[in-house]
Amino acid sequence: MRALLLTLCILLGAGAARAQPIPGAQPEAARRDALVRIVRQDCGSCHGMRLTGGLGPALTRDALADKPLDSMVATIYHGRPGTPMPGWKTMISEADALWIAQQLFAGFPEEAKAAR
Amino acid sequence: MKADRRRAAFGIAAAAFLPAFTGCAGTPRAAAADPVGSGDLGLVIGRATGTLTVVNTSTKSALGTIEGLGDLSHASVVYARDGARAFVFGRDGALTRVNLLTRRIEARVQQAGNSIGGAISADGTLVAAQNYQPGGVKVFDARTLELVADIPATYDVPGQPAQRSRVVGLADLPGRRFVFSLFDADQIWVADLSRPGAPPRVTRFEKVGRQPYDALVTPDGRHYIAGLFGEDGLAMIDLWEREPRVRRILAGYGRGEQPLPVFKMPHLRGWAVAGRHAYLPAIGRHEVLVVDTESWREVARIAVAGQPVFVMAQPDGRQVWVNFAVPDYHRVQVIDTQRRAVVKTLEPGAAVLHMEFTPRGEAVWISSRDANRVSVIDTGDYSTLATLPVEAPSGIFFTSRAARVGL
Repeated sequence: MRALLLTLCILLGAGAARAQPIPGAQPEAARRDALVRIVRQDCGSCHGMRLTGGLGPALTRDALADKPLDSMVATIYHGRPGTPMPGWKTMISEADALWIAQQLFAGFPEEAKAAR
Repeated sequence: MKADRRRAAFGIAAAAFLPAFTGCAGTPRAAAADPVGSGDLGLVIGRATGTLTVVNTSTKSALGTIEGLGDLSHASVVYARDGARAFVFGRDGALTRVNLLTRRIEARVQQAGNSIGGAISADGTLVAAQNYQPGGVKVFDARTLELVADIPATYDVPGQPAQRSRVVGLADLPGRRFVFSLFDADQIWVADLSRPGAPPRVTRFEKVGRQPYDALVTPDGRHYIAGLFGEDGLAMIDLWEREPRVRRILAGYGRGEQPLPVFKMPHLRGWAVAGRHAYLPAIGRHEVLVVDTESWREVARIAVAGQPVFVMAQPDGRQVWVNFAVPDYHRVQVIDTQRRAVVKTLEPGAAVLHMEFTPRGEAVWISSRDANRVSVIDTGDYSTLATLPVEAPSGIFFTSRAARVGL
């Protein structure tokens, strides 16, 4: 329910809050799997594979409860000056960053166990 | 003759006793019937599965697994002096002692919410864990895993209640001492636990430089070097000085250039020293910095294929092997320390996370997370001597670390 509300807020807020609304819908299935892996494995080197935090803060749903989505997307895409958080724009699109932020707020999915 | 007969009789008795003994203990262990040493053993962390794989560097094979270790993303290991027992520090704050010969968990404590590594005292009696949450260092009795000392990394922020810093760069020093850095407080602390039963004496070094992210002790235990994320340069303390103080080394190595993004923090440990030179990863630059450990001047910088993560000297110091942060982590590069140049680039498998030299360095073991394998590479001709299937391998730790300061 909470996730639904949030998604709704995002959809309603996207056009108004952002100068350039992100075009298109969410990334395709294969890309989504790749993004889940990037977050779990590569973001995980600072934030923990289970996103419970490390040198970077925890990114669990509870930890993000009062954080604005917009700034999350900006942090993922552009980084956060003065902290070790780099911008990931050389590896992901802005739509990818939005999708990742949405999943984090909703409780991030586990990696698919396929091909193991 | 008499002695021989006695031994034979004992052998029969032991043989009769053993099956019952190992039977009740679970799976039979070769170790019980045929004593083996631990000098060629090691552990490979399976980060996704919470599993340790016990490996043998002579037979280049996996001997078995130890399961149930919890969240092992960013797990690290230090060895007891017997080279048979290892202390595993998990991301989830668990400290576990395992035995490589029996392949069992011997003791386990949940000691923090979020942990990042640890160290063992030179005499083998104390194990220290460095924690992010709650920030500080906890010291345990190596035998019982009972808490010996709790050292919260508290620091003052003007106008606010005291805060606790995340702790990085923990290393052992001679004489039941530990040294570590406070990422959030720009400090380095030395905790002296040489008086049994007494609270640790803590010496604080303040304003060491912005955001120390990891550190190392040189193999002689003399110098402590902390890498700084927040500025160009490293903080160095000569612990043999009468009144140790912090000095800045390699200051301004970026020369004001726009730093490149750092997608993974480099890791520093005592392996960075080759002969009289230390090979250190630059931050935000695709370079390895070479510093003379006598003059502490930069003597070279070597361009490499990405943001260096591990810069590891072969035990004899002849070569230095480098791996990289995403997106360049399919590569490993070899620096020849005489030519101070990259002489080889290898691609041992996707997402190289760690490397470990065999005790004398004739081979290096490399973990490739996304290829689900560990490769054993000959350091002479770079041929692949063996590959071992391990699911999502990360850290590789050989028992030869037991005999070294700072590892």
